[in-house]
Amino acid sequence: MAIGVKVMKRPGARASYVRATLQGMLLTLQHIFRPKVTMQYPEEKSTADWAIAPRWRGTHRMLTDEQGRAKCVACGLCPQICPANCIKLVPGEDEQGNRYPLIYEIDEFRCVFCGYCQEVCPEEAIHVGVHYENSEFSRDRFVYDLERLCAQTHPVSSLWDPSDPKGE
Amino acid sequence: MTFFLITSIIKIIVVFTALMVGVAFLTWLERRVCAWMQDRLGPNRVGPQGLLQPAADGLKNLVKEETLPAEADKVLFMLAPAISFIPALLTFAVIPFAAPLPTPWGDVDMIVANLPVGFLYILAFGSLGVYGIVLAGWSSNNKYALLGGLRASAQMISYEIALGMSTVAVLLLAGNVTLTEVVAKQSQSLATWNIFPLSLAFFIFIVAAFAETNRLPFDLPEAESELIAGYHAEYSAMKFSMFYIAEYSNMVTASALMATLFFGGFDIPFTQWDNVPPWTVLKTLATLGAFLIKTGFFLFFFIWVRWTLPRFRYDQLMALGWKVMLPFALLYVSVIATVVWVLRARLGWAYDSRFALALFGVNLLLAVPLFFVLDRGHIVSGSTAEERA
Repeated sequence: MAIGVKVMKRPGARASYVRATLQGMLLTLQHIFRPKVTMQYPEEKSTADWAIAPRWRGTHRMLTDEQGRAKCVACGLCPQICPANCIKLVPGEDEQGNRYPLIYEIDEFRCVFCGYCQEVCPEEAIHVGVHYENSEFSRDRFVYDLERLCAQTHPVSSLWDPSDPKGE
Repeated sequence: MTFFLITSIIKIIVVFTALMVGVAFLTWLERRVCAWMQDRLGPNRVGPQGLLQPAADGLKNLVKEETLPAEADKVLFMLAPAISFIPALLTFAVIPFAAPLPTPWGDVDMIVANLPVGFLYILAFGSLGVYGIVLAGWSSNNKYALLGGLRASAQMISYEIALGMSTVAVLLLAGNVTLTEVVAKQSQSLATWNIFPLSLAFFIFIVAAFAETNRLPFDLPEAESELIAGYHAEYSAMKFSMFYIAEYSNMVTASALMATLFFGGFDIPFTQWDNVPPWTVLKTLATLGAFLIKTGFFLFFFIWVRWTLPRFRYDQLMALGWKVMLPFALLYVSVIATVVWVLRARLGWAYDSRFALALFGVNLLLAVPLFFVLDRGHIVSGSTAEERA
């Protein structure tokens, strides 16, 4: 044969075509009646055997203190460590010498959701969250300012802990 | 004459509409069944159970951009989808789909054109369809498209012969090439459905029909993994969609042909009520239902096979066509012709259940060597290469 395909010498039962075809047809027919694994997304967001992981790193969230102020002390560590350079921080200082962010913006488009900002934050203020539905109608809506970051309510990510790799 | 013209026009419009709606519905069915076989749900968003999905797809295809490759042969490139699309629709014209419908002005045959040469017409238009594919492949000026077109022509020619040969046996039994006669001949009892006296002809026919409609496992002209999309790689929007409509119309026609030639057409089994006048509307509807069920089953079968079997390699396809199907079809026709001659001329049997069952026995005998050869694994599972040192 021109194509020169090498054919293994196999026993007839394994090289048969008709029997294999019939078996395959039976298999696909059985699968029609099996329960489906599809999760109908907008209506159901988790099923009995699947839920979003608690370590999911999604939309950011800024935690607040009892007075509703952002916990951020504008130390500048998160813009420093951010590999995507998506955090804009302008620090300010009040009369008592407490530092606070004048401007704190995260560009969710630039963000690579590495979670370093959460890891590095000494005040546990900025977090990545267990949340993924952040579509908008215009690009500039993806730059989250401080107010919007504080207003997020989704659970925050429990980042991977090297001393407890399985999260137990 | 006026009556004939009016009824013909109405039948053309109704059949064309039903065929187009059926084809649209079929694309939905294909995706749903495919999804079910893969434990998914498939498109179920647009309309109840996703039934309006074809409408959404059609709308999308209408407003999409039509691309025209700079180096393509413009005239043929534009013409090719129409050339593959029109024969696919035309073929359906000679298939009888129900018992005659009585009207105050006379009975109306439920067939668009009751041609005396119906069967030859089907063979003629069936092989015209390949021109669209070959021209599409050639005019695209794209090497993958050209390879797809080449494969289509080789494949169609190879299997057209087996297809024609398998149906010669049907014509031998019916003694006529008019499809209404073929159906009438089968409707005596369940055993005279051609599937029993000509089971192996049906087997050859169905294999060849898969090759003719370019469906998996014989979809080499569009083999996605090797040829991207084969002959329609350069097509977009509605022109691309027309190739799909053509493919599905061919499927509908092939299924309807299988039902007509081998499964008694619109005949309802176990009763003679549907075969004898006086014709009533109820009879027409009941026989139409029988025809739709049979055709629908074969359409499902096409989809079922497509999502089960992997694609043949090109040399396997050719080997199966020329080394198995064609010789066997030739042998089969001569055996059946001999047996029919012996039974009819020598023993003087009339065509009835006994005649059909005797032929069925012959088929069973012939099935043993055929499936033995097919199952040996050397025909379709590969060629034999010489060991190179």
